[in-house]
Amino acid sequence: MEGRFANLWRLTVNESKFVESALQSELRVDGRGLYDYRKLTIKFGKEYGSSEVQLGQTHVMGFVTAQLVQPYKDRPNEGSFSIFTEYSPMADPSFEPGHPGESAVELGRIIDRALRESRAVDTESLCVLAGKLVWSVRIDLHILDNGGNLVDAANIAALAALMTYRRPDCTVGGESSQEVIIHPPEEREPLPLIIHHLPIAFTFGFFNKGSILVMDPTYVEEAVMCGRMTVTVNANGDICAIQKPGEEGVNQSVVLHCLRLASSRAAATTKIIREAVEAYNRERSSQKVKRHHTLAKSEVSGPIVVVRKRQQQKKSSGQEKAAEIHFWLWLWWLIVTFWR
Amino acid sequence: MEYVNPEGLRLDGRRFNEMRQIVAEVGVVSKADGSAVFEMGNTKVIAAVYGPREIQNKSLQKKNDHALVLCEYSMAQFSTGDRRRQKFDRRSTELSLVIRQTMEACILTELLPHSQIDIFLQVLQADGGTRSACINAATLALADAGIPMRDLAVSCSAGYLNSTPLLDLNYVEDSAGGADVTVGILPKLDKVTLLQMDAKLPMETFETVFALASEGCKAIAERIREVLQENTKQLEYRRAA
Repeated sequence: MEGRFANLWRLTVNESKFVESALQSELRVDGRGLYDYRKLTIKFGKEYGSSEVQLGQTHVMGFVTAQLVQPYKDRPNEGSFSIFTEYSPMADPSFEPGHPGESAVELGRIIDRALRESRAVDTESLCVLAGKLVWSVRIDLHILDNGGNLVDAANIAALAALMTYRRPDCTVGGESSQEVIIHPPEEREPLPLIIHHLPIAFTFGFFNKGSILVMDPTYVEEAVMCGRMTVTVNANGDICAIQKPGEEGVNQSVVLHCLRLASSRAAATTKIIREAVEAYNRERSSQKVKRHHTLAKSEVSGPIVVVRKRQQQKKSSGQEKAAEIHFWLWLWWLIVTFWR
Repeated sequence: MEYVNPEGLRLDGRRFNEMRQIVAEVGVVSKADGSAVFEMGNTKVIAAVYGPREIQNKSLQKKNDHALVLCEYSMAQFSTGDRRRQKFDRRSTELSLVIRQTMEACILTELLPHSQIDIFLQVLQADGGTRSACINAATLALADAGIPMRDLAVSCSAGYLNSTPLLDLNYVEDSAGGADVTVGILPKLDKVTLLQMDAKLPMETFETVFALASEGCKAIAERIREVLQENTKQLEYRRAA
């Protein structure tokens, strides 16, 4: 938080003392235990690759898009991905629109490092034409409400969006097999990204010169805490990234304690994310079947058209009969007149 | 590619627990209140400290009775092999934030209220471990400026390649795709301030690499102390003359 509005909101001395003294007795202001997380809900949008994550009051949305670009010269066979964070001013009055501030850049880089260096997203499968065309995946994270602990929520939003994203299928063809044809989703089913493992971020807050440890700090706790650490682990027990950006010094034992706490929770959070993604995929595929029902409904309106046609036929046949009778009468009169 | 050969020698002939050669000098920028040059092998960093001085931008001040610490990290365009396009990119922003917060933890800011301390870091040659070199250079520069600190902040990096933990990675070893752990400690207080890690590591391996990096930090702390004592002797000598 920096800029003109950085200090518009300041915690009062009373509030900060209350939070600190409550933590001395292992009580948190919102009644949670020291290592409890707030309620996590994951929702998805209409498009492939859009997710909405709520962690308590923190609200983050993630969007994934992809486009074909030229690869980097030193990695001609690999696709690339990049993360952009948007700190919307409606989330927090201290966020300024436009140029991302320090904390926005830091958040983007923590999530980027966790996904890139630990090779969670398979980049080799994103290669279309080696050295010429690769898929470049772009993850946009929008912070809608800053209730504290943006890193964890944004990380889950990015993972959920990546797991539900489908990229268009493309074939290499043409005369010299240099042409790439991108198939629209109606022609060919789009393909999911290959994700090897899910690196999940857990943020710790330090209080009282590093002696009190808290997981998932809220906005108020973040303003009071003297240091923080984000540990990114996956369910296989690997540590994917650690970020402790200076601030209060802590003992080595505290660092290792944090790592163990994070590793023990990774499996549970991975399960929550995978279940949410599977529920979304099931709903999506059942929606495709429903589309045929609406076509059947339109057939019900068919008979009305048929009825109208029959009435028209009745009218025309009456007219035809009258004309016919008229013809025969005239013929009979002709014969009678000229037969004499 | 083999980064550690069967005899245990790395690409530049070091063993797994050997650091690169350290050359440090204090008082190189005459205009600054404190300055230092710190070299770790081929990585060369210059730090300049201005302060304590009057606060230029009051809106940046968060704590009224503490000094404001500002830090700027930038890599010179000639520091890497290919000429760099942008001086200030997202990596520089993140490193400025991280180094600032590391130095803030060790400066006694409550002794200098309503003042500002500027730390400028310029990387002249980048060969891996630039953020460690920057923190070490900033510590020397702050000591040269006479700013009160609770301890020397020292930093070192370590990695894991070919199933061996390696101390003080250079650029080739760093870009090999293995883990890179950067640790910043306050040696006398034995506290960890900075800890950054990327790439996957199992828990036990991380503990080994972390311990190795901490050992490296303690060795650098010894060296920095020697440099500062030598510098004080020189000042005393010149004063006596």
